[in-house]
Amino acid sequence: MFDNAYEALTEEGDARWAFGTGFADPLSGVDTTVPSGVDGAELAAYCLMLGDDALIMSHRLQEWCTRAPELEDEVAIANIGLDLLGQARLLLARAGKADGTDRGEDEFAFLRTEQAFRNVRLVEVGNADFAFSMARLLVFATWRLALLQRLVDSVDPVLAAIAAKGVKEVAYHRDYAARWVVRLGDGTELSHQRMQNGLTAVWPYVGELFTGHPVESRIGVDPAELRAEFDAVLAQVLTAATLQLPETPALATVLGRSGRDGVHTEEMGYLLAELQSVARAHPDATW
Amino acid sequence: MTARSNWPLYEVFVRGKRGLNHVHVGSLHAADEEMAVRHARDLYTRRNEGVSIWVVKAADITASSPDEKDPFFAPSGDKVYRHPTFYDIPDDVPHM
Repeated sequence: MFDNAYEALTEEGDARWAFGTGFADPLSGVDTTVPSGVDGAELAAYCLMLGDDALIMSHRLQEWCTRAPELEDEVAIANIGLDLLGQARLLLARAGKADGTDRGEDEFAFLRTEQAFRNVRLVEVGNADFAFSMARLLVFATWRLALLQRLVDSVDPVLAAIAAKGVKEVAYHRDYAARWVVRLGDGTELSHQRMQNGLTAVWPYVGELFTGHPVESRIGVDPAELRAEFDAVLAQVLTAATLQLPETPALATVLGRSGRDGVHTEEMGYLLAELQSVARAHPDATW
Repeated sequence: MTARSNWPLYEVFVRGKRGLNHVHVGSLHAADEEMAVRHARDLYTRRNEGVSIWVVKAADITASSPDEKDPFFAPSGDKVYRHPTFYDIPDDVPHM
């Protein structure tokens, strides 16, 4: 019937199966003008917060390439990193439109200094081990899914469309992380201990996710509203994983300022040095 | 604990959007069936190919042996009357 398996899977007459089929542009038909009554500068600031969360989290996930415990998981983690990179690109591009500067996504990602990044500190911390990374992914995806689910009703149609695309992606990220947390937590004595250690190490960064920045509640979703859903999901996963909810105190702020204000941990500088080195060495290069 | 190298091999079958049957697309390693389905999703349906996935342990497949190829398959080679080529198929009969 078919010469190879993929011919049976792709659309009629589509010889380009390697490039995918049936893809839709998430922003197709969406009005991209900033809605009246919305402060463009505030919308841009909010897009940078959500975009930087995705960009930096994606970078930490990409670091598992060539280091993941199994080839199959390496592909899965790379897919998740690519999903988040896609969200970051749309959000950073939106920021450049909303603030009127017309800056592109690359300019935001590669040419800003550390203090201009608005991501929460959870995403910038280095990968300690696989358990830590899965605990962080569970926390991040649970929080972001709750956020995106509310953002689909945003006053900004572009933000709403980006959120609608993200909900489908992040729901799978949460599922992937939760399965590993349960598998390792409810596994052997050693895997249980390491999973518990990973979760405990992630916990100091959780509080910041729900304190937020005034811009968030003004133009988007107040992160404090997400806490109840987050706690319920975590409780369910940790019960199945036979893990204890950590009581590690929250990481201190710097005079009340943290990631959303551009105040980052020591590791952020090293991360950006790697993320930006090629773009800074070859300004205006195209690829 | 199962050593990583001991994760069993699974064969993956995917049914495409317009396909009527599941098609073998490849194999992967996984610790159990549930993980195998998820790995298959990540490895073999990244480009929007599939709507349904089957996985089965490679060890559970019973296969014909290449050594017995001749007695196994050769006798059907000259029995042309087994092919339904001697009558017309109406145009409105699908999937033939």
